[in-house]
Amino acid sequence: MARTVWDSSVGKKTVMAVSGLIMLLYLVVHMIGNLKIFFGPGEFNHYAHWLRTVGEPFMHYEWTLWLIRVALVVAVFAHATSAYQLSRRDIRARPNKYVHKKARASYATRTMRWGGIILALFIVWHILDLTTGTVHSGGFQEGHPYQNVVDTFSTWYGNVIYIVAMLALGLHIRHGFWSAAQTLGVGSRNRDRALKTVANALALLLTAGFLAVPVGVMTGLVS
Amino acid sequence: MKLTLRVWRQRAADADGAMSTYEVDGISADMSFLEMLDTLNEELILKGEDPVAFDHDCREGICGACSLVINGDAHGPERTTTCQLHMRSFADGDTIDVEPWRASAFPVVKDLVVDRSAFDRIIQAGGYVTAPTGAAPEAHATAVPKPDADFAFEHAECIGCGACVAACPNGAAMLFTSAKVNHLNVLPQGAPERETRVLDMVAQMDEEGFGGCTLAGECATACPKGIPLVSITGMNKEWLRATRKASRR
Ligand code: HEM
Ligand code: SF4
Ligand code: FES
Repeated sequence: MARTVWDSSVGKKTVMAVSGLIMLLYLVVHMIGNLKIFFGPGEFNHYAHWLRTVGEPFMHYEWTLWLIRVALVVAVFAHATSAYQLSRRDIRARPNKYVHKKARASYATRTMRWGGIILALFIVWHILDLTTGTVHSGGFQEGHPYQNVVDTFSTWYGNVIYIVAMLALGLHIRHGFWSAAQTLGVGSRNRDRALKTVANALALLLTAGFLAVPVGVMTGLVS
Repeated sequence: MKLTLRVWRQRAADADGAMSTYEVDGISADMSFLEMLDTLNEELILKGEDPVAFDHDCREGICGACSLVINGDAHGPERTTTCQLHMRSFADGDTIDVEPWRASAFPVVKDLVVDRSAFDRIIQAGGYVTAPTGAAPEAHATAVPKPDADFAFEHAECIGCGACVAACPNGAAMLFTSAKVNHLNVLPQGAPERETRVLDMVAQMDEEGFGGCTLAGECATACPKGIPLVSITGMNKEWLRATRKASRR
């Protein structure tokens, strides 16, 4: 079955839909967690610590976190690999462009590939910035995420990278959520409007929720 | 009407092509687009030039032979086939660009004619019913619920023209293939091959070098028969169901 799925364009698209939805689920949880920053360093840092102790005593320290990390890496890798392979197939299938050009498809649809590349770059930067601290400015402090977040959003480039990525994320989810429903065969004529509404709501909610943090730092609400 | 045509001319499959400009005069608004091209070709023949090659057959909008991307739209500005498109959709003095279907699975044979046999091979892979049919059976011998009959008929309307592929930014044949899969898979006559049909037809579609679906929706907008985008969703569902069933065997 795994072979049938991976060898088919419809199957690869299914991999994209499932991995996309896994990432989407994670992002909803992540976004809600981020909003704790508005309740001060105590609550935010405590939440970050809790992420490492969830599941204890059954799980050891950081086991749950690492499980989630592994699942996410698999999802990102599966998603990006399918995206790359499907995009190559699509481009090869249409080598000659029409002489008469026309504006085609919606904005969200046309930005899936570019948006995806922006998101991939962002994910790398984001991990190096706030998880490992490799590219962090202002001295990365392990166990003090509140201060680290404030540092990042006190630089102009930190804000620019983040805002661009979150706008790309909104567009990606707007088309992606509805697309995934079609790929998984759960879309229908009657459900179309509802699915589009949920896609727009998710896109808006996630973009606004994630952007609230840098806006909070920029306006001095979080410092 | 007097029109300026810019037409894709390509002498052979392996030759380079380019847009050539022609003027046509005395076009009536009641002519079909193909009759307008006939007028151009008569003039070209009289001048001793090579007429523009284009596909056509029934000229009634039912066979799927005609094609042409007109001003960037497959089958032109109206939701119909090129043979049923009338010149009243254009204005006197217009410049009209006429190009062949573009997709690597539909190579140009000459001028505006492309080779659509990739579609035939997709049909050969599963777009049929193997039960021996003999003479037409009594209509009520096999009961089909009305909604299923309507669903099958809506999809059976596909004439295999390939406008969906031509319009798709990825040169995908998903709308065509889904029309055929949905048409047969919903009917009792198609049930015995329900799983192999969708698996084999999708595999052949990939094999022919068509692109994948990014749900841009251009196909359904271009389709002269109004096959809806949600047909693709239906085919995906059938494909996933068949894949799950095949893995259990
Ligand atoms: C590694 C970074 C990413 C890349 C390179 C990427 C790329 C893409 C591309 C190119 C598509 C369109 C594929 C197609 O239509 O054939 C797509 C679809 C999708 N993406 Fe992403 N994406 C990335 C990250 C994300 C994230 C973080 C999410 C989570 C919200 C996500 C969710 C989705 C969904 C749900 C779809 C729709 C799948 C479908 O149409 O069935 N992607 N992605
Ligand atoms: S789905 Fe529509 S556009 Fe595509 S081949 Fe059938 S009739 Fe033509
Ligand atoms: S010529 Fe038959 S559909 Fe146009």
